[in-house]
Amino acid sequence: MCLGIPGEVLETHDGAGGMRYGTVRFGGASREVCLEFVPDAVVGDFVIVHVGLALSRISPEDAAEVFGYLEEMETLSDLGAEMGEATGGSGIAGPGGP
Amino acid sequence: MMAGELVCPVPLPPGGRVLLGHGGGGRLTRDLVEQVFLPAFRNDALAVLHDAAVLDALPAGARLAFTTDAFVVRPMFFPGGDVGTLAVNGTVNDLAMAGARPLYLSLGFILEEGLPLDDLARVVESIRRSAVAAGVAVVAGDTKVVERGRGDGIYITSAGVGVVVARSPVAPAAVREGDAVIVSGPVGQHGIAVLAVRDGLAFTTPIASDCASVAAPALALLDAGLAVHCLRDPTRGGLATVLNEIAAGAGCEIAVHERAVPVTDEVAGACEVLGLDPLYVACEGRFVAFVAPGDADRALALLKARPDTAHAARIGTVRPGRSPGLVTLTTVAGGERVLDLLSGEQLPRIC
Amino acid sequence: MKYLDEYRDGGAAQRYAETLRALVTRPWTLMEVCGGQTHSIVRYGIDEMLPPGVTLVHGPGCPVCVTPVAALDRAFRLARRPEVIFTSFGDMLRVPGSRDDLLHVRAEGGDVRVVYSPLDAVAIAEREPGREVVFFAVGFETTAPANAMAVRLAARKGLRNFSLLVAQVRVPPALEAILAEPACRVQGFLAAGHVCAVMGTAEYEPLARRHGVPVVVTGFEPLDLLQGTAMALRQLEEGRCEVEIQYARVVRPEGNAAARRAIEEVFEVTDRGWRGLGDIPRSGLGLNARYAAFDAERRFPDAAPPSREDPECRAGLVLQGRLRPQECPAFGARCTPEHPLGAPMVSSEGACAAYWLYRRRAAAGRVA
Repeated sequence: MCLGIPGEVLETHDGAGGMRYGTVRFGGASREVCLEFVPDAVVGDFVIVHVGLALSRISPEDAAEVFGYLEEMETLSDLGAEMGEATGGSGIAGPGGP
Repeated sequence: MMAGELVCPVPLPPGGRVLLGHGGGGRLTRDLVEQVFLPAFRNDALAVLHDAAVLDALPAGARLAFTTDAFVVRPMFFPGGDVGTLAVNGTVNDLAMAGARPLYLSLGFILEEGLPLDDLARVVESIRRSAVAAGVAVVAGDTKVVERGRGDGIYITSAGVGVVVARSPVAPAAVREGDAVIVSGPVGQHGIAVLAVRDGLAFTTPIASDCASVAAPALALLDAGLAVHCLRDPTRGGLATVLNEIAAGAGCEIAVHERAVPVTDEVAGACEVLGLDPLYVACEGRFVAFVAPGDADRALALLKARPDTAHAARIGTVRPGRSPGLVTLTTVAGGERVLDLLSGEQLPRIC
Repeated sequence: MKYLDEYRDGGAAQRYAETLRALVTRPWTLMEVCGGQTHSIVRYGIDEMLPPGVTLVHGPGCPVCVTPVAALDRAFRLARRPEVIFTSFGDMLRVPGSRDDLLHVRAEGGDVRVVYSPLDAVAIAEREPGREVVFFAVGFETTAPANAMAVRLAARKGLRNFSLLVAQVRVPPALEAILAEPACRVQGFLAAGHVCAVMGTAEYEPLARRHGVPVVVTGFEPLDLLQGTAMALRQLEEGRCEVEIQYARVVRPEGNAAARRAIEEVFEVTDRGWRGLGDIPRSGLGLNARYAAFDAERRFPDAAPPSREDPECRAGLVLQGRLRPQECPAFGARCTPEHPLGAPMVSSEGACAAYWLYRRRAAAGRVA
C-alpha cells in the first residue's frame, strides 16, 4: 500500500463524470490523473499518485525534512560522543532511557 | 547478394482480408506471394521461387552462424515498430551476437483468417525496410493461414544465416575475470512501449520501442580488433536476465552498478508508475558486451561515437569470486543485493 | 525524478546508518507495516545498514497477501463466467486460491484483464455494454478512495454492467490483532505512509497509548525508511510512545478529507477474514446499502464450495512478523514463486517474494 509516485501537474481539465483531471508528468512519462481528491493542487505542484488518482499534494516546505533531521541526528551523536568521552559512557541516553 | 528492392505501391484489393484459401497452396496463395511478398523482397534467390534458396558460395574456411526465432507480439503495431521489425531485427541481432555478419533470412508467416490485407502489407513493408537497414536478403518464405480466433493476426518465425567474422570465439565460455560489462544504450524501452499500448496503461506521449538492428555497432567492435569475449542482446526478461544467463553459462560472478545503467527519463517514469524494475524490462535494440579490461575504454569510445549507441555505458565488471552464476547489484542507495532471475514476467503492481 | 531520487542518495543513507549506530544502546524490534516498505527495505538493503540488535520485522500490510482464499476462489468462479470481463490489478494474478490462480483461469479461457486503475475498469464497462465487468477491489485505505470513486463514476454514468468484488481491509485492527498476540515481539511501528495520507494519524493514537508503542508514519524511499527508523528508535531510547509523522511532505495529521468522504459515501466498516490471520472484527470495508447494486457478491449468486489453505503454508506467522521467510521449512522447497503455497511468495511486496528475489543466495550462505 502502496505505490504512490510523485508527479508534476502540467495542466488540469474536466474529465469523466465531471471530475477534475490533469496531465501529470513522472520523469519523462506523462499520464492523465484524477485530481478530484487534491482540489488545492495547481499547475506546477507535485502530487502523489496511486492507481491513477492523486492522494496528496507534496509540500515543498517539508520536503527537506529528511535532510534536516539527519543533521540533527549527527549533531546529537557528536554531542553524545563528547559526553561519552567525558563520562566514559556510550551512545545517547535521553530522559527515561534504558 | 543484394537486399530486396521495393516495387511500390503493392497492388492489393482495398479492404481485402486474409482468407483460409490464401494458405491453401493454390491460386490464392500464388496471388498473395506475387502481390504482397515478392515485390517487397525482390532478389535473385527468392525470384527462383523453388522449394529452397540456393545461395552464393562463401569464402573458403568461412564458418556459418545459424539461428531461428519466433515472433509473437500483442498488439501487432506499437510505437517504434511492429511484428515485422521484430522478426527481422530479432534474428539479425542473434547472428550478430555470435560474432557473425548477417546475410540471409527466411520468414514463415502464420496468418489469421480475417486479417486485413492492409495490415499484412504494412508488416511486410516494415520487414522490407528493416532488412535493407540490416543489410540482409529475405531469400525464402512460407505462408499458412489458420482459422479466425486461432492466431493473433500474424505470427512470424524467422531463421537467419550469417558468416562469422570474429577471429576468436564470442560466447559465454570466453568471458574472463576482469572483463568490463558494457551496455549499448538505455534499457527497457521495448517492454514499456508494448505494455503502454494495452488497456489503461497508456501515457500521453507514447513511448517508442528501441527495436533495431545492433549488427553494425557489434561488428564495428569486432572489426576494430577489440577483445570482445561475449555479446548478448537482452530481449524478454531484460538486462538482468541476460546477465544471469551469461554468469551461469560462463561460471563467473558479475558485479553491476545500478546507477551506471542508462535509462531514459520516460522509461524511468513509466516504470515507477507501473511498479516495474527497468532492469527486467525487455529491449529489442540493445546489446551487452563483455570486453577485456585493456580494450574497455576503446570499446566504449567507439560505441559512444556512433549515433545509434551514443548512450553506451560501462555498467559493471566480471569479478573474481567463488560464486559462479551470481550477479550482484550495488543499488542507487549504496547497498548491495543479488540481482536474480525473476520467476515469470513482471506484472504492473499497485503495492 | 524529483521527490524520488533525492531520497535514494547513498551518501545520506550511509550517514543515517552511522547516526543509528551512535543512537542505539540496546536491542529493539520494529515492524514496518506496509508491504511496499518491505519491498523497498529488501531491494535497497536498508535492513543490512541497521546496527546489530535492531530488527525490522515485516508486517501484514500486503493487501494481496491477506486477501482470503475464499475471495480468490470466488474471483476465479466469476472470471470463468463467459459474460464476465474480470479486471484486476496486476498484483493479484499469480496469487493461489484453493487451486489455480487468475493466470491459469485466463489460460483456460477466462477473460481476465490487468488494469492500472479502477477507473479503467469503469471505462471498459462503458465500452462493452453487452458484458459484465467485475473489478477485484483489493487494497488498504490507500486504494479505497479510488475504488469508491470508480463506483461513484459508474453510478453517475448509469452503468448497469459494472460491479466490485470487494476485499478491502483496514490497517489499525490488524495491528491491534498483532499486538494482542502474546508472542508479539514488536516494540514500535513504521506505519504505512500512503494509508495515513488518506486516513490521517488519529486512529493510531489510542494504539500507541494503550500498548505503549511508538508509531512513526513513514514513507517508502531509503532515506524515508532510515529517518522513520531513527525517529522510532529515538522514541524507544527515550521511553516515549507517541505518533509521529516522518513522511511530512505527503502526510498531514488530518489526512485527506475529500478522499475519506468518498470512502464513507460508498463503503461501510465490516468484519473481514485475513488470509493467514483469521477473522478480525471491523477490519474490512464493504459496499454500503446505497451502493449495494454494485456488489458482485450480490449480483452473482454463488454456491460457495469450501476453500482450503495449504496446511504447510506459514504465511500467517510471516505476516505477523513472527517468522522470517527463510526460516520457513517450505521456503525454496515446496514453496517457490513458480509453485507457491500461499500469497507472500508471489506478491510483489510479499516478504517471502522479497527474500526470494533479493536474498535467497545470501540466505544460503553465499556472499552477496
